[in-house]
Amino acid sequence: MTDRLCPRDEAEVAEAVKWALSNGRTLDVTGSGSKRALGRHIQTDATLELAALSGVTLYEPEELVLSARAGTPVREIEELVARSGQMMAFEPMDYGPLLGEEPGRGTLGGLLACNLAGPRRPSAGAARDHALGIRAVSGRGEAFKAGGRVVKNVTGYDLPRGLSGSHGTLAAFTEVTIKILPRPETVETLLILGLDDATAAKAMSAAVGSYYDVSAAAHLPADVAAAIPALVNAGWSVTALRLEGVPPSILHRRARLEELLGSFGELGALKAEPSLELWRAVRDVLPFAEQRTRAVWRVSTAPLQGAAIGAAARMAGGRAFYDWAGGLVWIEMPDEQPRADVVRAAVDVAGGHATLTRAAPAERAALDVFQPLDPITGALVRRMKESFDPQRVLSPGRMYAGV
Amino acid sequence: MSGLVMPEADAGVLARRAEIVAALRAIVPGEGVIDTEIEMRPYESDGLTAYKQLPLVVVLPSTTGQVSKILAYCHANGIRVVPRGAGTSLSGGALPLEDAVLLGMGKFNRILDIDFDNRTVTAQPGVTNLGITNAVIHNGFYYAPDPSSQIACSIGGNVAENSGGVHCLKYGLTTNNVMGVEMVLITGEVIRIGGKHLDSGGLDLLGLIVGSEGLLGVVTEVTVRILKKPETARAVLVGFPSSEAAGECVARVIGAGIIPGGMEMMDRMMIHAAEAFLGAGYPLDVEALLIVELDGPEAEVNHLIERVAGIAKELGCLTLRASTSEEERLAFWAGRKAAFPAIGRISPDYYCMDGTIPRKALPEVLRRMEEMSAKYGLRCGNVFHAGDGNLHPLICYDANKPGELEKAEAFGADILLLCVEVGGVLTGEHGVGVEKRDLMPSMFDETDLAQQQRLKCAFDPDSLLNPGKMFPQLHRCAELGRMHVSGGKLPFPDIPRF
Repeated sequence: MTDRLCPRDEAEVAEAVKWALSNGRTLDVTGSGSKRALGRHIQTDATLELAALSGVTLYEPEELVLSARAGTPVREIEELVARSGQMMAFEPMDYGPLLGEEPGRGTLGGLLACNLAGPRRPSAGAARDHALGIRAVSGRGEAFKAGGRVVKNVTGYDLPRGLSGSHGTLAAFTEVTIKILPRPETVETLLILGLDDATAAKAMSAAVGSYYDVSAAAHLPADVAAAIPALVNAGWSVTALRLEGVPPSILHRRARLEELLGSFGELGALKAEPSLELWRAVRDVLPFAEQRTRAVWRVSTAPLQGAAIGAAARMAGGRAFYDWAGGLVWIEMPDEQPRADVVRAAVDVAGGHATLTRAAPAERAALDVFQPLDPITGALVRRMKESFDPQRVLSPGRMYAGV
Repeated sequence: MSGLVMPEADAGVLARRAEIVAALRAIVPGEGVIDTEIEMRPYESDGLTAYKQLPLVVVLPSTTGQVSKILAYCHANGIRVVPRGAGTSLSGGALPLEDAVLLGMGKFNRILDIDFDNRTVTAQPGVTNLGITNAVIHNGFYYAPDPSSQIACSIGGNVAENSGGVHCLKYGLTTNNVMGVEMVLITGEVIRIGGKHLDSGGLDLLGLIVGSEGLLGVVTEVTVRILKKPETARAVLVGFPSSEAAGECVARVIGAGIIPGGMEMMDRMMIHAAEAFLGAGYPLDVEALLIVELDGPEAEVNHLIERVAGIAKELGCLTLRASTSEEERLAFWAGRKAAFPAIGRISPDYYCMDGTIPRKALPEVLRRMEEMSAKYGLRCGNVFHAGDGNLHPLICYDANKPGELEKAEAFGADILLLCVEVGGVLTGEHGVGVEKRDLMPSMFDETDLAQQQRLKCAFDPDSLLNPGKMFPQLHRCAELGRMHVSGGKLPFPDIPRF
């Protein structure tokens, strides 16, 4: 059985890494372990579990800033800031349901290490866009910091952003500072029924390219919409456009959007409660959470290219739905076979990147999970790994073989 | 040049100047290589004009292939390279080195692709910031980051410096609006990162490159996202009897869940300077003036402007005007936007600082800056991006008076150290460059800086790209890479293990 190292503070994290260095051991860097099934399947000598580094260390609502130790549960932060009418505006998804874990177990460090985002990504950014500062321990066993606690900061390289999405392969976060923003007063969702994927992409493009501040745009083909309770009676495909803000603004924007989009198809609407339920389902990919053995892909592409990628997935017998106005395609294959050739070929044509998000460990050990790198970028990434973690102690191979 | 030590020039490179010029001419024919002193003069400094240095030679490529060949040649021959966009840096980011090739990107001035459906523009790096907006405004779109120099500064320079502007709190900095780049490494290798899609599938190289001040590579193409221009924008102009009251107003607006498109504060000296300069109609009997701009759908703007006005009244503002027309809104901004020339009118020279502080520290910072102003005997006005805490003190001095520039620089350094002391940072949007390089240890310890420099080594192991910027000391990559691990140490006994 693998050793579990559970340091309680930054100094102990550094000590653990030094131990691994001097004994030639490798560490899988985790928070609560809720997303260990993401990335390439790896085996290490021990896990470095940061969950004990927990607790909010600074929260100043009027400064829109929060710092917490890396192992602090995301749910705890969400509940805390909600009491001040605030939120993490990037709407981080909870991978729990998709990966077959309990929901709500993710940590702040894991959120940044996986650069989580949600339906608000096109308008509000991802975790990377809200990370202001970090403390971390490198694969050299050294504690370091970067960034700060203010929004506007160009002092030194932007390591909080550069380390976002590094999946623990460059450094283990010990503390993260993020931007917090006001929560919108209310929410509604405008629906367009019965559009095919390509037409839906055009409708979403018109909506998010309008004056009317659409904070999220998703398209759910009929077979996917049927799996979402808030939409279960639609019977058709559903194109959903979210409006957030103060009530007079929503009223105004909804009326204008109805004028703009009425020619696309039959319109409908969801009030606040069902809206929240719908967008949570989209965010957490709940339509694909049921059949846990089926392979799932996450593809980011130009919004108008999404439908072509979805079509390729459907040709292979899969299902797809679209977030980010068409730019994020979630694909569920009909069984455990990832069919990487199908997805990679479609992305090669459309542009973007595809990540094999859910697959059996054997598949995730054998295949490229992340978008394969060209040789020059691959060499650069290896040199970056070298600069943070020369002995390849931290989650080696989690992202790329040999890195 | 006051006290600034740049990396020692490589005598071998200086001796080979003629050979280097010839080699560059073979890559960029015609007028693209400049080697006479008189023609190189315009390149001797950037927007931080206190520092001047003629480069070894200036080269102005016009294709990615040429940039690649130039860098490959410099890499193979151990020649330093200083990249330059429009040269508007206020931190000396494009300050030449005596032994370095100055790589000017001004000829990369074309917009390559406008994609309204996917809401992106792809441009060459020499296109100006405003040039991007100008290319899409006919369709109601714009590029959000708007540094004050937007008429002149280039998008490539914006990427290098992670430029901001007055709308950052709501719309983000350059880094939040750039989706992809083509970049040439010092080896001459060309990489593409990102594109018209969001986020990278792996490591966030794009996040590292934005704001890297020309130390990691040379960007030859940039894809940015464009946004629909808000349907309406209205501003309120509020005068307060104290900066504390103005600061409290900012905090309460944000506390009420309102994120204005722009929220700017000016102190008494700036109000008077701006008013004397162009008669914007600013009240003169107030200590602090706040411009709060709301933008978005009309119904929302009208609703929120009432709420902001209500908050300001509760706090005892002395004057309050809400714009009722576009002309009036622009008039509110005119004085703020003319802050620099307005100071230029009352002082022969001024030195613009750029720290960021937690907003709540503003009254303390203003008070202590007043004390410093008295100590140094130099006047100082303040404009403040109140929404995001970015402070721009303008220190007035006269370069013709011996010792006054040095005094202004010392005053400026004290201000930045104060920003760090109250929990802020050395630079919010102007970059470290040479200006704040030697102050970096006030924010970062040796380990922090060493890790940043190791990252530099991954991109540029021989430290040829823009050396002498950002880091107070040049270390050899081999030295930084060394690792001393005490071998055979017993596994720490105290950490819980399972």
